[in-house]
Amino acid sequence: MALLEVEDISVTFARRGQRAVHAVDGVSFSVDAGEVVGLVGESGCGKSVTSLAIMGLLPKQPGLRVGGKAVFDGTDLLQLDDRSRRDIRGRDIAMIFQDPLSSLNPVIPIGLQVTEVLTRHRGMKGDVAAKEAAALLDRVGIPDPKRRLKEYPHQLSGGMRQRALIAMAVACQPRLLIADEPTTALDVTIQAQILELLKDLVRDSGTALVMITHDLGVVAGMCETINVLYGGRVVETARRRPLFREPRHPYTVGLLGSVPRLDAGRGERLNPIPGSVRDLLPWQEGCAFAPRCTRRVDACVGEPPELVLAHDGRSYRCVNPAPLPGLARAADAPVPAKSEPAATADGTGQAAEAGTDVPAAGKPASGPVPAPREEEKP
Amino acid sequence: MTIISRKKKEKIDRLAELAARDDERGVSLWQEAFRRLRRNPAAIVGAVVLGLFVIVSVVGPFLVPYAPEAQLWKGEIRVGFIPGVRAENWFGLDHIGRDQFSRMVVGARQTLLVGVVATMIGLAVGSLIGGIAGAAAGLGGRWGRAVDNVLMRFIDMLLAMPSLLLAISIAAILGASLTTVMIAVGTVSVPVFARLLRGAMIAQSNSDYVLAATSLGVRKPKIALAHVVPNSLAPVIVQATLTLATAIIEAAALSFLGLGNNDASIPEWGMMLADAQRYIDIAPRLAILPALGIIITALGFTLLGEAMREALDPKLRK
Repeated sequence: MALLEVEDISVTFARRGQRAVHAVDGVSFSVDAGEVVGLVGESGCGKSVTSLAIMGLLPKQPGLRVGGKAVFDGTDLLQLDDRSRRDIRGRDIAMIFQDPLSSLNPVIPIGLQVTEVLTRHRGMKGDVAAKEAAALLDRVGIPDPKRRLKEYPHQLSGGMRQRALIAMAVACQPRLLIADEPTTALDVTIQAQILELLKDLVRDSGTALVMITHDLGVVAGMCETINVLYGGRVVETARRRPLFREPRHPYTVGLLGSVPRLDAGRGERLNPIPGSVRDLLPWQEGCAFAPRCTRRVDACVGEPPELVLAHDGRSYRCVNPAPLPGLARAADAPVPAKSEPAATADGTGQAAEAGTDVPAAGKPASGPVPAPREEEKP
Repeated sequence: MTIISRKKKEKIDRLAELAARDDERGVSLWQEAFRRLRRNPAAIVGAVVLGLFVIVSVVGPFLVPYAPEAQLWKGEIRVGFIPGVRAENWFGLDHIGRDQFSRMVVGARQTLLVGVVATMIGLAVGSLIGGIAGAAAGLGGRWGRAVDNVLMRFIDMLLAMPSLLLAISIAAILGASLTTVMIAVGTVSVPVFARLLRGAMIAQSNSDYVLAATSLGVRKPKIALAHVVPNSLAPVIVQATLTLATAIIEAAALSFLGLGNNDASIPEWGMMLADAQRYIDIAPRLAILPALGIIITALGFTLLGEAMREALDPKLRK
């Protein structure tokens, strides 16, 4: 049985006099114990809101509606009262946030903030807690932890701060860790170190990890299963290798195609996905990605596409998925040709690569698209 | 488990030890603010003025040449003439033959006492109300907002009345005495502190570290006390310094109006000012000296308060 089973979660923000915003519109995914799962998508597709909804951290305001289920180890997190939810937070499920500077209290030394968790969930006090806090900082790779415990957040570097936050999150050895873009605010070199640290922690303690990111490089280096989100719905779920080798949903294809590559030829342009995510999502009137899709067909509009379950357990939500390389290319070929005018609309030179998806989908067969980021061992 | 290889880690540890020698403890927000204060000339002027004022009020009364209430030169006062500055009376005599210098020095203590105690009353009551309202509004959900509403409407009622009028009403109800002045002036400053702390706390309640603490399961009262309040105190402390200045002026105003201390043996600058107005044509210094005292003290508090506001402003910090 899965450790966390998210079923059809939806979050709606309603405001008087305005149309309700469906930030998350029926997201389902599952996380097994010890597994690393990625939630990927561009800004505004509902990644963070999903995680906040699972944790019950969305600001309580009139007009907020959360639906669906998030079953963690047999209990539905969304039905819990505040008290038992607080007990679970930090002890069974912990979260790592995007900006380590603003997530640490600026006027309190690091040590107090780490011991706070230990006091709350493990009943430690005084010297015992301080010793354990130092051990935790040491474990996340902060040198000279005794001194660091007395320091304030602004005296630590960005990477150190994120390490301190991770130390707080893993203090009680939670069974599930949700990392909401943990590396976005960091330098690229530090990013690699932090990812390496997270990977090690997860491997050593058997913690399951949900990585929320827009960075496909991060996903490629860490996650076993990847859920691609668009417009508040999961549009594709797959294991890492199949996803990078043969993405099916045109959005995934677009994401992979828009990653800058070191081995790209000189003068070769990036292939962005035209347009941007909208706040008001028209999933009811068909595929929300259709206006930006290069593989759009008539069937895309009208009814929302169902989730298609493919062989090896992967699934996608598309009526006209990118073809598998070497499979029925001839049959699929006419379709992208038809949708060609849509691709030219943005005028970014995609017209030159008419029917761009077929080669794009085929290309990664020679190797995963973004090279997984590995830290160079010193 | 080592993330960084052992060799590199040892090297970092050694560097850290070296660094720790000069910088044993962390630099807190307050230490940094103090560092910035020292570089600000206005802060230094304010601090020096206040330092002198505090020294005079604390040790002055033990060193004054004459008792402030003793009418030692009563015989020298004639209609239309009050002896002025001379060797034995540095600031001259007052209208009933007491030593003006001694009265000024002893009066400083009263002024400081009234100012500090009144501000303390305002700070304590205001912070209590504002703190509860802020925590309730920021973290307490729907019931919290109701509590916040009730408290803040009470504060609005206080704020609706002109401050001096409110102080006079309170002083009139409680009867004229020094304690009355303190309570009245303190009450006037309650709404300012309450609104300031509440506003800062609500702003801090939306910050990321509160979310992070919540995500770790920390309880709400703990979050309010350990995270939100310490981050919201800076503006309140600055306001306290500024309130000291207005409290001194307001206390003097109440004394001037005859609502203050009516014991003639305890001089107070506001009361001295009130007494002096009848003799302003023959002995203007009797009015000028206490007025100058009030002005300089209030100015000192204001300078220091403004400098502290700048030093603690997070937008100006690096």
